[in-house]
Amino acid sequence: MEQLKVSVWRGEDAGGFARYDVPARDNQTVLDVVTHIQRELDPSLAYRFACRVGMCGSCAMTVNGRARWTCRTHVRKVVGADGALELRPLANLPVIRDLAADLAPFFDKWQRAQGFFQPKDAPDGAVPDEFAVVAPGSKARREADAGIECIGCAVCYASCDVVAWNGDYLGPAALNRAWTLVNDARDGARGERLDAVAGDAGCHSCHSTRSCTERCPKQIDPSGAIAGLKRTLFWESLLGGKRHG
Amino acid sequence: MDFRARSHPSWIGFAVHRVSGLLLALFLPLHFWALGSAIQGEARLDGFLRWTENPLVKAAETALVILLAAHLAGGLRVMALEFLGWGRAQKDLVALSFGLSLLVGLVFLFNVF
Repeated sequence: MEQLKVSVWRGEDAGGFARYDVPARDNQTVLDVVTHIQRELDPSLAYRFACRVGMCGSCAMTVNGRARWTCRTHVRKVVGADGALELRPLANLPVIRDLAADLAPFFDKWQRAQGFFQPKDAPDGAVPDEFAVVAPGSKARREADAGIECIGCAVCYASCDVVAWNGDYLGPAALNRAWTLVNDARDGARGERLDAVAGDAGCHSCHSTRSCTERCPKQIDPSGAIAGLKRTLFWESLLGGKRHG
Repeated sequence: MDFRARSHPSWIGFAVHRVSGLLLALFLPLHFWALGSAIQGEARLDGFLRWTENPLVKAAETALVILLAAHLAGGLRVMALEFLGWGRAQKDLVALSFGLSLLVGLVFLFNVF
């Protein structure tokens, strides 16, 4: 195969595919292909990237029907035998233009899920006087560690059917972040956070299709995190728990 | 719907659970209608039950039992996932659920004929 036949989404929510032929190389990421198109074939193509090494989470797109981080996706792993590549912006998000999706709703939901650290000992945001002692092997710390490496690429959000069905649903990444904080011994907003994720748009809406876990490029398990939130809310609602304080 | 993004065992497990649930919900009125026929006397119910002995109805009943088993297994899958956090073993559980559903259906089938 000498040429890749690349179909690229052009336009906004309403738009269509444009076809480009891109030289195939032995080592080539999907982001390399998009960059080739923009630099060599059509400078008007809009897309987003920054680090190129799988750290920043900006370059995710829909590649041949699946959400992926394009900077770490080798073309040979995803291309069909006929050399066809289909590139669209991430699903479940408004399209700014071409391959650039608007991630504002995604990050707004992190805020709504209280997905930010609120120090227990210094609620005004000041640095606490003493360091918290956290045993690295404790169950809570291991739960938090399992989800902490999220890069915010929105691949899980774009892969989630529940987000597509219910526009208010907080989504896997925001709930995963909430779960890491629920398990953080230093955090002081456990009760408010559990309240924030318990509504109709929260963890109980998850149908456990596990597409988020299946597609996460960092091998995080947001579906397991959501199950953890459901479990915590179930037992604490049933038995009465340490929701506040 | 783009199935390229959904062709993984957990999603298929979810779809089987959902579709079997909907089909069972459709069957439920028929079930109650059959039970309700007993109100009009024993003979009427017996007549209906004799009619269900015909092989076509038995075949449909086999499908029904498979649906019930699939829905039960799907429910157990979700319970295990959410209460026990069995995420990593999920794929094996899905396979096991399908296997069990089929087995229950076949056992029923062999008992019928």
